[in-house]
Amino acid sequence: MAQTRLDRGEQFNGWAFVMPALVLLGLFMIYPIIWSLWMSFQVGRGANTSFGGLANIQRLANDALLIKALINTSIFFVIQVPIMIVLALLFAVALNDPTLKFRGLFRTALFLPCVTSLIAYSSLFKSMFSTDGIINQVLLTLHVIGTPIPWLTDPFWARIVIISAITWRWTGYNMIFYLAALQNVDKSIYEAARIDGIPAWARFTRITIPMLKPVILFTTILSTIGTLQLFDEVNNITQGGPANATMTLSMYIYNLSFRMMPSFGYSATVSWVIVVIVAVLSFIQFMIARDRRRAS
Amino acid sequence: MNFAPLRRAGVYVFLSLAAFISVFPFYWMAVGSTNQSVDIVRGKLGFGGNLLVNFQHLMSQVDLYRVFGNSFLIAIISTVLTLAISSLAGYGFEMFRSRIRERIFELLLLLLSIPFAALMVPLFVMISRAQLTNTFTAVILPGIASIFMIFYFRQATKAFPRELRDAARVDGLKEWQIFLYVYMPTMRSTYAAATIIVFMNAWNNYLWPLIVLQTPDNKTITLVISTLTAAYTPDYGVILLTTVLATAPTLIIFFVLQRQFVQGMLGAVK
Repeated sequence: MAQTRLDRGEQFNGWAFVMPALVLLGLFMIYPIIWSLWMSFQVGRGANTSFGGLANIQRLANDALLIKALINTSIFFVIQVPIMIVLALLFAVALNDPTLKFRGLFRTALFLPCVTSLIAYSSLFKSMFSTDGIINQVLLTLHVIGTPIPWLTDPFWARIVIISAITWRWTGYNMIFYLAALQNVDKSIYEAARIDGIPAWARFTRITIPMLKPVILFTTILSTIGTLQLFDEVNNITQGGPANATMTLSMYIYNLSFRMMPSFGYSATVSWVIVVIVAVLSFIQFMIARDRRRAS
Repeated sequence: MNFAPLRRAGVYVFLSLAAFISVFPFYWMAVGSTNQSVDIVRGKLGFGGNLLVNFQHLMSQVDLYRVFGNSFLIAIISTVLTLAISSLAGYGFEMFRSRIRERIFELLLLLLSIPFAALMVPLFVMISRAQLTNTFTAVILPGIASIFMIFYFRQATKAFPRELRDAARVDGLKEWQIFLYVYMPTMRSTYAAATIIVFMNAWNNYLWPLIVLQTPDNKTITLVISTLTAAYTPDYGVILLTTVLATAPTLIIFFVLQRQFVQGMLGAVK
């Protein structure tokens, strides 16, 4: 009997500790997600809405701007995330060497971009990349280019600006995760590899990368979500332009809902496109991780 | 042939270049706040004498004290509530295991990947039906139960010595007292790191405040920067000065608490 009562007490305490968070998450996360599923079947603008069945889903397929936003998001994801993760890994491995001088200084410098707000650094980048701005001046002085690059008014270069900006802001953040993980890797593995005459590059690809796989997977998922949420930078630097070349999914939903006459039903449908994409990507990433684990 | 010194030099060049690129925009921001907009757009790299003029222009456009007060108020309340709610939950999930709660925790980890963009429309409709638009409550409330922070605290709690809890139980402390008087002081480096992360996120938050805060007297500093940047002819001197002011608090916190930050990331318990 005493045992049962103790268990009941444990149960009660367990629920008491997690309940405030669960209530809030239910109210501000689970309920909105489920409700937006209902909303996604509503058509009409503003307060004037009615049940539209699958009309919104049909609209998705013919929505050129949505497809553009999807393509842009994939471009940012496919190009930016690998560059950032490789850079962050290289920084982390270099900084993990205890014989390196000025480690603290390098680490602080590389992490520094993470303290800026997305809006603040977007404004900085916008001013640096203006047509006669500092970046063009430096490139002209170094004779890398002959004429100034129209960074913010050309679709191709505008994407480059956004990719550079995000990479600048987030590489140090990812590096900190890798550094932390590297400190938990047993040093004797590297010693043994060194004694066996395994070159540095092979040590990196054969020891470091496999050891850090869980963290790399974690940061990849974070970056994927980050790309799908991309809003602050594009809204501030390019406003989605030129010619919608930097329009992202988040920005498209924002425009549908909060610019001009709101169309909440259709924006809920587009929101669910994001939910589905996230679900599929997370699933793929976990499957890859599991397969590799089995193979090795 | 020994390539080690050459490779070592390469590493230094690589890191120095990366460090320079990382730090340069900060220098640019500081320099820009003292220059006229025309000079900034022309890429002037030295300090100028326009700081006070920029400051006067900024003050004439926005109620700076009010805007800063709003940002601080929102960030501080968000941080305190988020830490309280999330550490309670992280502790609860880790210390009181049950099958149902493990299932719930797994569900939360799945929800972790849902981007805010997917939530903002229904959230906004909810907030406006509750007539909370243009209030700080609307900004703060949806963010305080953070799955990321719950996960973070649960991970950190794995390193919390169970003997401390058992000893406190023997001493007759109730569970909430153990949390308050044993767990929280022991985990202060975890709290320090979480404070930095949550405060920065709240301070820098843009999209959700942009949606729910509408009148100028409720705006936060990030909203002001974005309004200034979106102007037809943006005054970059004023904008960069504002970014300096907006970045200063997080920069100071980072430099003061850098050690705790790294320790917290490693889940260390003092």
